Amino acid sequence: MQHFAGYFVSAWGAIPAWVQYLLFTLGKILAIAVPVILSVAYLTYAERKVIGYMQSRIGPNRVGFRGLLQPFADVIKLMMKEVVFPANANRYLFFIAPVLSMMPAIAAWVVVPFFPNGSAANVNAGLLLILALTSLGIYGIIISGWASNSKYAFLGAMRSAAQMVAYEIAMGFAIVGVLMAAQTLNLGQIIQHQSGAFWHWYFIPLAPLVVVYFVSAVAETNRLPFDVAEGESEIVAGFHVEYSGMAFAVFFLAEYANMILVSALASIMFFGGWLSPFEGIPYIGAPSAGWLFLKIGILLFLMLWFRATFPRYRYDQIMRLGWKVFIPVTLVWIFVEGAFLIVHLPPWFS
Amino acid sequence: MSEFQTFTMNFGPQHPAAHGVLRLVLEMEGEVIYKTDPHIGLLHRGTEKLAESKTFNQSIGYMDRLDYVSMMCNEHAYVLAIEKLLGVTPPLRAKYIRVMFDEITRILNHLLWLGAHALDVGAMTVFLYCFREREDLMDCYEAVSGARMHATYYRPGGVYRDLPDSMPKYKPSKWHNERETRKRNEWREGSLLDFIEHFSESFPDRVDEYETLLTENRIWKQRTVGIGTVSPERALALGFTGPMLRGSGIEWDLRRKQPYEVYDDLNFEIPIGGNGDCYDRYLVRIEELRQSTKIIRQCVDWLRSNPGPVMLEDGKVDPPRREIMKRDMESLIHHFKLFSEGYCVPEGEVYAAVEAPKGEFGAYIVSDGANKPYRLKLRAPGFVHISALDEMVRGHMVADLVAIIGNQDIVFGEVDR
Repeated sequence: MQHFAGYFVSAWGAIPAWVQYLLFTLGKILAIAVPVILSVAYLTYAERKVIGYMQSRIGPNRVGFRGLLQPFADVIKLMMKEVVFPANANRYLFFIAPVLSMMPAIAAWVVVPFFPNGSAANVNAGLLLILALTSLGIYGIIISGWASNSKYAFLGAMRSAAQMVAYEIAMGFAIVGVLMAAQTLNLGQIIQHQSGAFWHWYFIPLAPLVVVYFVSAVAETNRLPFDVAEGESEIVAGFHVEYSGMAFAVFFLAEYANMILVSALASIMFFGGWLSPFEGIPYIGAPSAGWLFLKIGILLFLMLWFRATFPRYRYDQIMRLGWKVFIPVTLVWIFVEGAFLIVHLPPWFS
Repeated sequence: MSEFQTFTMNFGPQHPAAHGVLRLVLEMEGEVIYKTDPHIGLLHRGTEKLAESKTFNQSIGYMDRLDYVSMMCNEHAYVLAIEKLLGVTPPLRAKYIRVMFDEITRILNHLLWLGAHALDVGAMTVFLYCFREREDLMDCYEAVSGARMHATYYRPGGVYRDLPDSMPKYKPSKWHNERETRKRNEWREGSLLDFIEHFSESFPDRVDEYETLLTENRIWKQRTVGIGTVSPERALALGFTGPMLRGSGIEWDLRRKQPYEVYDDLNFEIPIGGNGDCYDRYLVRIEELRQSTKIIRQCVDWLRSNPGPVMLEDGKVDPPRREIMKRDMESLIHHFKLFSEGYCVPEGEVYAAVEAPKGEFGAYIVSDGANKPYRLKLRAPGFVHISALDEMVRGHMVADLVAIIGNQDIVFGEVDR
């Protein structure tokens, strides 16, 4: 065994430094992308199970023990299917659209810290990077709607574009609130500014912003009750109505990866990320990645719960909610928060 | 762009909200619909024509398949028309059984409507809750007729057979152990009437459950209040019936206005709406669920204490009992005649209608005195309602169109016939 390790170390030393760097970076990318894709697979399983039990059904239970292999069965099925290009569709754009929506959903994970100093890239302006990357995802949706050469897909894309503009602003303002509180754009430092037990976290002074951020996040990921871009019963599947096989699966993957991402961001910005809610108590008070995953899990469960409970908004009602409710709320609260900052309200702003 | 043009969009027939095979050609300006052109006929099966070449009893089964979510009510209208032609009256017990099953059918229909409507508006949980209760009612159908949907249970002169004394029970299986099976069989220990009584006791709570999900839900109200509004005058002029008419505030219900069977002996109320929008029609139907439960309870009580025949026993429209047929020559002749030639009805024209869950369902029969109708015309409520779709949808958005179609409670079996 040591023999092999020895060989490995000497082989590693023999390759040039830039290759070392390349391999190391690739390793980091894989270490993040693979778990993300796996958790997407099991998020779909969890969704079907959770909603199933809420609706007095059982959910998938045939493939593997209690249906645990169901996500893989789905993936294999989708891979076997033909990707149909609709007549007169722009083949190039049609093909590139799912990739465009998928790429930012995974790339944004690079700055997410899982534990102290535990992110793939410790970017100073991490929050800004995430905002920029998640905004890119919309291009995938618009391009797919345009390239499909279908009126249904086009309607879905138009709805999505309008919705994205409204909610991106509300979400941006909510993030400005966090930025003001933490005085930094680095996600790790945002968490460190909240250190302490749960009453030190930002969700208390920024309560309205938490709600706005989370609801906007649900809207941004096209989940019920805001899934007008897909609008299953109105425009069938909206922007991806013409997609089949793996191209469809990639859209699906992007949506779920985005769900996990926005939940992770919400837990980092408002719920103390890796911090334990019981700071100060031995053993369970220690910060760890487990706390972050738990918080992400709770927020994801909320999203699934929404889906099982609410009817779908109409497209113009969503716009009204975004422009006339959320943006004013965030604006007002930014001023309130400014007042908090001036008086150094403890324990958050002292 | 000086000249503004709307664009045309095809909606259905392969559309999840088309409720079967509705095809609409929409003229739209962005999301707003300016003109809706329903294209129907994709489920046309020629029921009326088929009935002309079959004896009266052979067509009862076709009636089930018209509005395939309110099966027994369709049979009822057809059977009533034949009885009117023949001039016979079924025994009282048969009338109570028919009323009870009409109301069970009403609940079945409204549950499907509620589930599908909620699903169209995006609340998918209600759909599965509704189907849970539908399962129990389907079991009632199965217990009396052997079929879970297309029962063919009503006959001119009564109903096919009396209510069974026992309900079929579940057996333990790989998926359900002894204890679970005992729980599933809890309602099934007694007769069908006991089962229905259990159901009618628990059902109001279930309706409350649906209402907690929808009635006060802000999104649900935003999606249905003020959508597809029809004024009382327009509703009358368009020929609306049933909950569509009552939602607009007109108290019109054949069960009260032209009582058939035993409805005038029963105690129930007719809910009406005020604004004539989708939300009011939703509330009317929800209240009808409760009122139907009330009627079912009264029927169960009466049926328990009044055993008796459920079919005329004169051998003219009813098959003779099997053991008598083996000994009695006349019965054998009756049996042979009934199952080969059927029965002849007097010459004449007749219209009979019932308050089906969707509205007035009527059967108009022209008879030339033969053993089959000369002409059968069916009045389907859905046909009238879909005709008004354009007027109801104009100026609304695509999402509202879906809500209105769901709210109209369209079933293409009866529209296309």
